[in-house]
Amino acid sequence: MGRKDREETVSDNKERIKSIVPIGPYHPLQEEPELFRLHVEGEKVVDVDVDIGWNHRGIEKLAESRSWDQVTFLVERICGICSNSHPLAYVQAVEDCAGVQVPERALYIRTIVAELERLHSHLLWIGLAGHFLGYNTVFMWGWKYREPVLDIFEEITGNRNHYAMMKPGGVRRDVDPEYFPHIRKQLDEIEKQITMVKGAVLDDPVLHARLKGVGVLTREKAIEYAAVGPVSRASGVPSDIRRNHPYAAYDRVEWQVITCESGDVFDKAVVRILECFETIKIIRQCLDNIPNGEIDARLKEVPPGEGIGVAEAPRGEVFHYVRSDGTNLPIRHKVRAPTYMNLPTCKATVVGQSITDATIILAAIDPCYCCTERISVIDADTHKQVMTGRDLVRLSQEKTLRLRKGLGL
Amino acid sequence: MDSERVVELLNKSLGAKIKEISAPNPRRVYVTLDPADIVECARTVHKELGCRFNIASGMQMQRDFEVLYHFAFEDDTPAGVVATLRVHLDEKAPSVESISHVVPAAEWIEREMRELLGIEFRNHPDMRRLLLAEDWPAEVYPLRRGKPWEGKIEKKL
Repeated sequence: MGRKDREETVSDNKERIKSIVPIGPYHPLQEEPELFRLHVEGEKVVDVDVDIGWNHRGIEKLAESRSWDQVTFLVERICGICSNSHPLAYVQAVEDCAGVQVPERALYIRTIVAELERLHSHLLWIGLAGHFLGYNTVFMWGWKYREPVLDIFEEITGNRNHYAMMKPGGVRRDVDPEYFPHIRKQLDEIEKQITMVKGAVLDDPVLHARLKGVGVLTREKAIEYAAVGPVSRASGVPSDIRRNHPYAAYDRVEWQVITCESGDVFDKAVVRILECFETIKIIRQCLDNIPNGEIDARLKEVPPGEGIGVAEAPRGEVFHYVRSDGTNLPIRHKVRAPTYMNLPTCKATVVGQSITDATIILAAIDPCYCCTERISVIDADTHKQVMTGRDLVRLSQEKTLRLRKGLGL
Repeated sequence: MDSERVVELLNKSLGAKIKEISAPNPRRVYVTLDPADIVECARTVHKELGCRFNIASGMQMQRDFEVLYHFAFEDDTPAGVVATLRVHLDEKAPSVESISHVVPAAEWIEREMRELLGIEFRNHPDMRRLLLAEDWPAEVYPLRRGKPWEGKIEKKL
């Protein structure tokens, strides 16, 4: 069935459904366009339909024509924000297939890069969530404090993005200990700044009123939809790949899995903010304890067989499966990104909520989804545009303002 | 939990349905099943053993199609195991019962496997296209091997 048939199923319900609010499909700032069709009655969302595949790049097929080493660079391009998580899961899948032992020093370097990535990704999300709610100061803070993290990346990997550090059997380049004092100093600064943001966000009565009880994903639903990452942890499911399927050096450092209970937008923010502190803790321990030695197991060839690699990206579990027939190309490479599992949860979280909350609920799963400039409200009968993306963000920001006035702030 | 314990658990709960079971290392288990048993086995693994559904991978091999259902055994201890249930499907008309009724998280990936590989998932609740465009020709499956498709897409204005 094509998209046309879908429109027909929608029109079957015409008496009940007053309008459809399409969110998407093209967002210039994000790497995966997606279209949410919100079926609304007045202000209330009664159903939601997700439509993906607008920018399908066929990476799984491409991987079948690249050598084992080249695929690392290919999967790095899946996502610009998580450009370490995919290669990390992929090289682990290859190592699983080949049965190689990665040198200790390489494991620590992998952990440092992976955690820095989590830090910058969470800060980016905090900024965007702030913007959706009319807290543009939080937006400026979040993105400003993310800059030093990117600077650290440039120091130790040579790039602000697409670090190209992962390699089957180890890492591609060593980290120079000369930079460690500077990184430690930067981390101290970032920690102070995040503490400030944490206070400003989590103790704000307006945000409590605005976000608590909004877009609740219950524990049962989180398990049913097999949600991953911060989305599942906010609903009380203590699922963290770093803990459950230890890789890199995560079982050699002390840290906590952050969970919350209620599964609303507020808790999703709490989980991400508190995780930043754990991340800084992990990086510090890695810098202190990193052993000397080899960084590469020098994997020569991949024997016939199959391997699975999992890694915790900032948004949740990344899953890679590879099948080898002994040649230098994988014969099958399956990639599953975290948003693939988290996106369907919007059926449980958005339905029944008001349209002013839809933007922040959809943004709360951090679906690599940042530009709402393309949201428009179209009347289903006349196909006339009644609201633009800017209007929707304004609606969301106005609701915050009303709450603030109501609280006498 | 390690693969030995998972093998033991699976042998106990799936019993005679297991055609082949192997544990190449302490973190991975692979089980081969008859396609007729997959819904029952997925239900047992997901509902009774409480495993999280990772994803499914479909692929075309030399003589048949394979669908791999990956499940994660996780408990509080830092040692999860990924158990993979494998079914082999007919090369000419690959078809298997959908597991979406017992594992709702599998809904999207079954839609994806159908359009990319042409594997039929019987009794799927919502078999629309997921990734491919509306004007993509029917019966052309991008992840299948063999001769490339030589037809032309009619441009609609």
